[in-house]
Amino acid sequence: MSEEMTNPAAAAKPAAAAKPTPAKPAAQKAPPLATLTPELLQLQQHFGEAVIAPAPYVGVLVNDLGKLREVMTYVRDQLGYDMLANATAVDYIKEGYIEVVYHPQRSRGGEPLTLKVRVPRGDDPVAPAPVAVPSLVPVYAGAEFQEREIYDMFGVRFEGHPDLRRILTWEGFYGWPLRKDWHEPYYEGDTKPFDSRWPGGHHQLAEERVPWHDNVNYPPGFDPLNYQANPDAGLYDTMRSGVPGLDDGSASNGHAQVAGVGAAVSVLDRNSNLLVDEEELRTDQIIVNMGPQHPSTHGVLRMVVKLDGETVTDLKLVLGYLHRNHEKIGERNTWLHNIPYTDRLDYICGLANELGYVITVEKMMGIKPPERAEYLRVIMAELTRIESHFWAIGFLLNDLGAFYTPALYFITERDLILDLFEAVTGSRLMCNYMRFGGVSRDFTEDQIMRARELAFERIPRKIDELEQLLTDNEIIKARTVGVGYLPAERSINYSLTGPCLRAAGVPYDIRRADPYSIYDRFDFDIPVFYGADVYDRYRVRVAEMRQSVRIVQQALNQLDQTKPGDIQAGKKAYNHRVPAGQAYGRVETPKGELGFYLVSDGGQNPYRYHVRSSSFINLNSLKEMVVGHKVADAVVILGSLDIVLGEVDR
Amino acid sequence: MGLLGTGILKGLGVTLRHFIDTYAEDLKYMLNKSGVQQPRPLRRQSPKVRGLVTVEYPKERLPLPENFRYVPFLVYDTEKQDDKCTSCGICAKVCPPQCIWIVRTEDPVTKRPIPQPKEFYIDTTICMNCGYCAEFCPFDAIKMDHDYELSYYPEQEPSARLVHDKARLTKPDTYHASIHPTDWQRELNERAAEEAKKKAAAEAKAKPAVAGKHSEGNSAAQ
Repeated sequence: MSEEMTNPAAAAKPAAAAKPTPAKPAAQKAPPLATLTPELLQLQQHFGEAVIAPAPYVGVLVNDLGKLREVMTYVRDQLGYDMLANATAVDYIKEGYIEVVYHPQRSRGGEPLTLKVRVPRGDDPVAPAPVAVPSLVPVYAGAEFQEREIYDMFGVRFEGHPDLRRILTWEGFYGWPLRKDWHEPYYEGDTKPFDSRWPGGHHQLAEERVPWHDNVNYPPGFDPLNYQANPDAGLYDTMRSGVPGLDDGSASNGHAQVAGVGAAVSVLDRNSNLLVDEEELRTDQIIVNMGPQHPSTHGVLRMVVKLDGETVTDLKLVLGYLHRNHEKIGERNTWLHNIPYTDRLDYICGLANELGYVITVEKMMGIKPPERAEYLRVIMAELTRIESHFWAIGFLLNDLGAFYTPALYFITERDLILDLFEAVTGSRLMCNYMRFGGVSRDFTEDQIMRARELAFERIPRKIDELEQLLTDNEIIKARTVGVGYLPAERSINYSLTGPCLRAAGVPYDIRRADPYSIYDRFDFDIPVFYGADVYDRYRVRVAEMRQSVRIVQQALNQLDQTKPGDIQAGKKAYNHRVPAGQAYGRVETPKGELGFYLVSDGGQNPYRYHVRSSSFINLNSLKEMVVGHKVADAVVILGSLDIVLGEVDR
Repeated sequence: MGLLGTGILKGLGVTLRHFIDTYAEDLKYMLNKSGVQQPRPLRRQSPKVRGLVTVEYPKERLPLPENFRYVPFLVYDTEKQDDKCTSCGICAKVCPPQCIWIVRTEDPVTKRPIPQPKEFYIDTTICMNCGYCAEFCPFDAIKMDHDYELSYYPEQEPSARLVHDKARLTKPDTYHASIHPTDWQRELNERAAEEAKKKAAAEAKAKPAVAGKHSEGNSAAQ
């Protein structure tokens, strides 16, 4: 391990890479070859010293930072890993480096590859890491938001990134929240359970327990009374570039002309309108802030659009209004504590999130749930998909202007499914149903009858009705066909997943591409449409609901072959210890690929807990879909992506 | 494709059907002379419903499923006249948002712990209703409640507020039995099995003794 630790420093200055070279072949020869896939071997043969495989870790370490982009281009073009599933980082504070982890994958299926780079983390808790990593945006467009998130959370700079600003916190945020030495307000301890709760647990409110002044790190020389926040610094800069007359002194801070959120501000200088100079024909470009509180943005999302008349010419997203640093909370939690928290990511489909987390931890622990639990998981996950798609379609119609009549029809069906969830798990949305190696409760006979009634009678009938109501509707077609077009190659490059990717003709669904749980036992299709527009995204969702109904029907039929009550492997425990190691597990939620990158140090708490959120990464491609359309279509296109802000902002 | 506008008409047909169903179902309900009538909330929330599904809360209330869970309460054993809680602290450890605070009772002289909570707080402003405390309690001493109306007026006394202390949390096991009948039945069965086992063990222990002594066996078994 010791020579691994010195590597980042060496990688920082590629010219002086001579020193650690003699030590490397030894590290390379030892045990890792057995765990290397042929692709990784090929990579190693091609790049030689630049990529190594450090023994205790999965995947390959790109040792020479300067070659990262070359390696990734090779991985994309020669090995066919055309999609960056996940990019994140881990702060190894003891070893003194931050490891950036990439998981590229193939859009035709299979497990993702793991590639890593290391940069020294630096001693200053506030300054960004001294060495920058080359940005992968030119190779994978889907890296844009993910690299911004890594920068925001770890302070790792990415060289060549088009718009490297904070994304989930605001400009001016002090420190890097996911570094191990950063403490949140009301910090009590690194890991739960806290000792203050038992046996001497005298209740105290967090606000009283932690005195405010001890708990906040003010920047040196910070004067709270005279401080003027500028959380939008840099936001409007690139939107303005290229517009003459704006780069003069008046706009030196980047947004002097924008009065406030929601203000519409003239951007184009009047003299620069080259089309015509008659007064009445002049069109100004303006920047409009839609959101953060706006019924069309599905939560607290802020879309900053540049408009030419009604046409969108540029778009930027401001995220993070719902940010609560789910991942930091996850690292404080024990393994078990995290299950109910995952419900709160994408709160429309909590059970699917639980499944993703639970199977990833099971992968690390090497346990398998009993048959009946597997079936119950699949039934719950697929019912979740149905109710989530009902919701998505209902609110897509809302965005189209069909206010609430269709949405309420579908919410009725969704509520009947939630009734079943409530009866089984005890809660409608925050189910907290899955456990490591099983589920928390079995279905009773009544509940099975109810699920059968839904799956065999009610839901198929209602999907037919939904199609009757919407599919041939001329107004819907006029508003959606050809709107929000994003071709397959671009979608893949943008790491778009879920129904939106399948509407672009890419049959990528993790239930088939990298099967998990017992999905290989069921007979179902992956619906694909080729329009890559809003209408086809709607049709894919309808078709997927029908396939989910098929899966639930088969699972319910096969459920009587399993033993009732046999829902937990081994003994029920609360103090799990997960063997040291790391894993990336993913599931197909209704929104797309939900991945969990977990690192364990063998203790009761995850060392790193990263959520690869599909809603967040799908938003990468929104700009390309929206530009050129009318502003009213921007709302519809956002609706067709079906994001949930709880998962976007985490 | 068909004629332009047919798609819209078809859709309007669906809304019309919904509109009619709304009234038809209530009409059927009113004209039902058989006398056996399901209460409206139940009827409206079944998968067979075609009309309205809404229920006029708070005048009408949906029956809560037994598994429904809201902030926990402590079970008081009415038979033994004692708290079931032994203040072992497992619930405080499994609590994800760490909203459970327990002060264990200590013997004033020996300072040894006594299996009983001296103070017990649940901060319901933090509780996320996950149900772990009830699920992992080895003594069936903490259960999830069905009472979801926790709002209070500022002039109400502090015990009505959102940090629940031991007095507020403690509810008799008869209440637990009334809202969780199957869970209660399971507890009774387990207790009966336990007692049967204990009895069997006691008898098994007694028997060899009896066999060894041979004389006055019957009285020893007592």
